[in-house]
Amino acid sequence: MAGVELTGVRKVYPNGAEAVRGVDMKIEHGEFIVFVGPSGCGKSTLLRMVAGLEGITDGEITIDDRVINDVSPADRDVAMVFQNYALYPHMTVRGNMSYGLKNRGIGAAEINTKVEEAAKMLRIADFLDRRPQQLSCGQRQRVAMGRAIVREPKVFLFDEPLSNLDAKLRVQMRIEIKRLQRRMDVTSIYVTHDQTEAMTLADRLAVINDGRIEQMGAPLELYNNPSTLFVASFIGSPQINLVPARFDGKKLISGDLSLSGFKDLPQDVDLVLGMRPDDMSQDAKGPLSMRVDLVEQHGADNLIYGALMGADADEGDETEICIKVDQQVLPAIDSTLQLGIDISRALVFRKDTGQRVL
Amino acid sequence: MNMINWRLIYTHTVLIIGVIFMSLPVWVAFATSTHDAETILRNGLQFWPGTHFFETYREVLFVEGGVMKSVLGTTMLKNSLILGIGFAVGKVIISMLAAYAIVYFRFRLAAPLFWIIFMTLLLPLEVRIIPSYEVMAGLNLLDTHTGLIVPLIASATGTFFFRQFFMSVPDELLEAARLDGATPWRFFVDILIPLSKTMIAAILIIMFVVGWNQYLWPLIMTTKEENYTLVIGIKQIYQVLAEGGELPQYQKAFALTILATLPPVLVVLVFQNWFVKGLVESEK
Repeated sequence: MAGVELTGVRKVYPNGAEAVRGVDMKIEHGEFIVFVGPSGCGKSTLLRMVAGLEGITDGEITIDDRVINDVSPADRDVAMVFQNYALYPHMTVRGNMSYGLKNRGIGAAEINTKVEEAAKMLRIADFLDRRPQQLSCGQRQRVAMGRAIVREPKVFLFDEPLSNLDAKLRVQMRIEIKRLQRRMDVTSIYVTHDQTEAMTLADRLAVINDGRIEQMGAPLELYNNPSTLFVASFIGSPQINLVPARFDGKKLISGDLSLSGFKDLPQDVDLVLGMRPDDMSQDAKGPLSMRVDLVEQHGADNLIYGALMGADADEGDETEICIKVDQQVLPAIDSTLQLGIDISRALVFRKDTGQRVL
Repeated sequence: MNMINWRLIYTHTVLIIGVIFMSLPVWVAFATSTHDAETILRNGLQFWPGTHFFETYREVLFVEGGVMKSVLGTTMLKNSLILGIGFAVGKVIISMLAAYAIVYFRFRLAAPLFWIIFMTLLLPLEVRIIPSYEVMAGLNLLDTHTGLIVPLIASATGTFFFRQFFMSVPDELLEAARLDGATPWRFFVDILIPLSKTMIAAILIIMFVVGWNQYLWPLIMTTKEENYTLVIGIKQIYQVLAEGGELPQYQKAFALTILATLPPVLVVLVFQNWFVKGLVESEK
């Protein structure tokens, strides 16, 4: 089974706006793929093209080796969970879940079995005769998922399904979605702008920017080996620290700072040094120092925000950085902290193209 | 406390005066209709009910020659109901379908077509009455219920209301339905119509009253007595009163008037809740 395959997929709106600029992707059967990117990057459009809710300007989409470009949404064998659930307000939960089956001419008895089964799995069996208005957000979300599950589709599509829930429920539902997907072994595509969701859910995730796939791969691979500046800054929380720099042949120079340990970097171009907050630490002999502005205590560890001293800055006067330290490290505000960095994990990008050079 | 009381008294006084102003004529008409012709002729309008209630209303409704030469009050009532209901139902069906097409289907000239429909508001029946009559005459539909109803059911107002309502229905519902395998017709029947329930009720009520009160078109369309509506009947009975040589039967005219106001009042009373709901909220 081939799952879903996208080849040279483009979307151009009649007004000339190009939402998707040539996407190639191969999704294996049973894989959980997450599209992640900033709003307006085309990730939802891409999902809706798979669903059949948006036309395909160019290229080809196949599901299980069948080209579905001109197949109607209903016949593509996909089910979708919408951001605001899109439940039919005048139907009961049971009605909502069985509507798709009814339209496919499935018998009442069979529908009933399927609905009850799905409801049990989602723990909404007690609400089957209620209407969506009488349910909490979390329950509505389950119904929306139930509606997708009973169809037993080849592909599940999720369009930011958790963004209307509160933080606690979001984490809970996230785990449940993942479990459910494992259990049902259905190819899934999930769109989100929340990188935590993306990292935790995905087998592979596709970072999308400006209608193109910046990079696609397993979450950790993207975290450790981002191929572009965009991916590096999008994946990871707190965000990667970025310092403008240049290479003089031996050292990486940024303002008054110079870091050794780098080689074979392009000279005479603007570079950006990227350091994850976890890869920096307090070190009395370290080459860097920061002025502490703010300390956030998260329990197990603290996040220290402040200005990297001596470095060049892109915007404003100072380069803001953040480091992750142990809970015992509690520097005073405005004090100076010596920092060490793990050079082997540092990332260097070209500023003009955003491509990674180290 | 004191101030609030004054305000209450003030507002209620205004309201009560308004109520009296509106309902007193109706009351007088009703009270007068329960007296016999002689009393009315001698003493004018009556403020208190008399003793001829059953007699008058029975004659108006059920006795041949009681009100018109041959047609009964009940027949006119029936004609009016057919007109009112046919008018309202027809308008709702036509305007819902039109709005559905305009909102959900992408076809060439959709927007200009909508504005053309909307502009027909500037062309009420009174303006196009001669061509309409000509068409109905050509179709041999004069003096029929069909001819009475069909030229009136195209409704820009209804189309506009439904268009606004459909546009406020979230797109995701349509998309979910498409993925659920609903055809355009199923989406309309299974999703849109149930969602528009209150809206449909509100428009039905308004249109029923409008249809019930139609005067000019039925007057021109109907020539046979058995096709008269109540409103036409009232007009005719006053004419008979003015021309006839007998004792003018004012009580019957009043009785007919009261009967003509009853159904719209009942409809509004019974469907009041739905009506208000349809106008203020939309269940989404």
